[in-house]
Amino acid sequence: MAADVKVSTAETARGPITMVQAINEAMAVALERDPRVLLFGQDVGVMGGVFRASDSLQERFGEERVFDTPLAEAGIVGLGIGLALGGMRPIAEVQFAGFLYPALDQILSHLGRYRHRTRGRFSLPMVVRAPYGGGVHTPEQHADSPEAVLAHAPGIKVVIPSSPERAKGLLLAAIEDPDPVFFLEAIKLYRSERQAVPEGHYAFEIGKARVVRPGNAVSLFCYGGMVEVCMKAAEVAAREGVELEVVDLETLAPLDEATILDSVKRTGRAVIVYEAPRSGGFGAEVAARIAEEAIYHLEAPIVRVTGWDAPYPPFTSVEHYYRPDARRVLAAVRRVLE
Amino acid sequence: MDTLQYIPPSGAEFGELPLTTEELLRGYRATARARFFDERAVTLQRQGRLGVYAPYRGQEAAQVGTTLALEEGDWLVPSYRETAAAITHGLPLSQAILYWRSHPAGWRFPDDVRMLPFYIPIATQMPHAVGLAMAGRHQLAGRHQQEQPWVVLAFIGDGGTSEGDFHEALNFAAVFKAPVVFVVQNNGWAISTPTERQMANVRIVDRANGYGMHGARVDGNDLVATWVAAKEAVARARAGEGPTLLEAMTYRIAPHTTSDDPGRYRDEEESKRRAAEEPLVRLRTALRSLGVLTDEVEAQVQADLEQELKEALEVADAAPDIDPAEIVEHVYAEMGPDQRMAWEALGGR
Repeated sequence: MAADVKVSTAETARGPITMVQAINEAMAVALERDPRVLLFGQDVGVMGGVFRASDSLQERFGEERVFDTPLAEAGIVGLGIGLALGGMRPIAEVQFAGFLYPALDQILSHLGRYRHRTRGRFSLPMVVRAPYGGGVHTPEQHADSPEAVLAHAPGIKVVIPSSPERAKGLLLAAIEDPDPVFFLEAIKLYRSERQAVPEGHYAFEIGKARVVRPGNAVSLFCYGGMVEVCMKAAEVAAREGVELEVVDLETLAPLDEATILDSVKRTGRAVIVYEAPRSGGFGAEVAARIAEEAIYHLEAPIVRVTGWDAPYPPFTSVEHYYRPDARRVLAAVRRVLE
Repeated sequence: MDTLQYIPPSGAEFGELPLTTEELLRGYRATARARFFDERAVTLQRQGRLGVYAPYRGQEAAQVGTTLALEEGDWLVPSYRETAAAITHGLPLSQAILYWRSHPAGWRFPDDVRMLPFYIPIATQMPHAVGLAMAGRHQLAGRHQQEQPWVVLAFIGDGGTSEGDFHEALNFAAVFKAPVVFVVQNNGWAISTPTERQMANVRIVDRANGYGMHGARVDGNDLVATWVAAKEAVARARAGEGPTLLEAMTYRIAPHTTSDDPGRYRDEEESKRRAAEEPLVRLRTALRSLGVLTDEVEAQVQADLEQELKEALEVADAAPDIDPAEIVEHVYAEMGPDQRMAWEALGGR
């Protein structure tokens, strides 16, 4: 799905917007363009969602197309699957990624499996949106990063945007995708940055990683909320004359292995950054692929910078010890440059 | 709420039946066909010509009667035990055979058979039934394409009602007034767990009140009762009056699957006694006493079934060998790089 308008960096008439506004715009555009698109979840209607991602959409598109559901995540995802089977293009919002666990049976048993077990008769063109990740002092269990669980399920695409412009174009692509897409939105990024975002419809290709800052010393592989962290680390390193390459994976499944390998073959060094617990995290998959396909290009061990192997801490004053920051990324960079 | 019954287990001493002669004959044919397929399927499994199979002996009326209440355009949502419902709803026997042979061709149901695939994870089909029913409403609004709305008939067992998905689906359906009929086949057993170990109140229909939906309990071994009750429920759903919880009281005469041995956990003398209440004998006795069913008709039905199964087996036996590369097909609409690699490794061409 190629972009069908030129993405301009110039400010549009309405000025720069936040990522949560960009997500709202994407859904508005989709609801406007395709009558099959429906949006539902907990508190997405009158209230406009706990993060206001669906602000005013029920007012604009009516209660039949933008509606609140009972408080039940398995029911929400299951309802969406049924709506998709009946020809709709559902967007389900799960209020926090840490709350999607009741829906795991629906996700693992059906969402990614339906096309396969019906040998192509049914597809599930459905998007599940969920805010994820930490860094904003949320209450317990509001800051989980379960992307590895989702990316491990065949048949599901997992997309994690890192900016307002990318969020809008990727969400529109996700809604138009014939397969189910999990769209994880870093809570930390919802309002941290404003960016000029094209108005109207545009879509980015799902399944492509992007070099967001070119460099030659070390490849930093990251996604979602960690892109900002890696960019900051790269700026600091640049002051010392060390050029880090930042690769935003953006789509975890299907993974763009070619872009990862191309980068690491040029730099010879890889640091992988994610905020989920370290063991079995998605970065382990990235590390394995580099080891399988590019080990002779490596000048140093592959290093991960991650959350620790403990639940995301509800102890807000020490939260920053858990979530990777630029300082920890730079320590890993020094290690691979030794 | 009493249990609706028209024909008692004896097949005798019953009142007027609210079905036409034509309907009674259609119902008999469908029930006899369901029994015939189940018996032959178990035999085929013993011969190694079918994989593990979930028999439904004794539950034919609960499945066939409710499914016959559907009209063209309506959807069937089965669990794994609903082969009787599936073949009644139009799934060709050859397709059912290939499914139970674990052949991929058996998983690709024909487009004109409006049913979802068989569901293994218990109760997970229930929320799908609700969404599918609601999608019909959107289709009706003419927003997408010109289609009539549809009613959804969703099956589950007594054990399945313990799952969270059952609760969530019924609650959603009631809140959204979705046109769904939930059929609980209360067959007394969830593998080895009896209903009274599954729930404290064994009257599953009582839950309808809790959800704010219509409920009905029927003798699930009485084809007339299941059909009539389902007709009413389907009509209510079609009229926009919301979902119904229909509890069909039946009994799982057979093992859970062909791999199961019920002698380990239940008194098979009791099972034999309950087997006497099965649906086909009573229907046959009743229809013979009414003169609707004759030796001639029965012989014709039997001959037709033999012929249909023979042809179905020929079709199923002619299915091509399974290409291992099919394992990684249909994961995504377009094969991703990882599936492509696997596909090539499996010899895909």
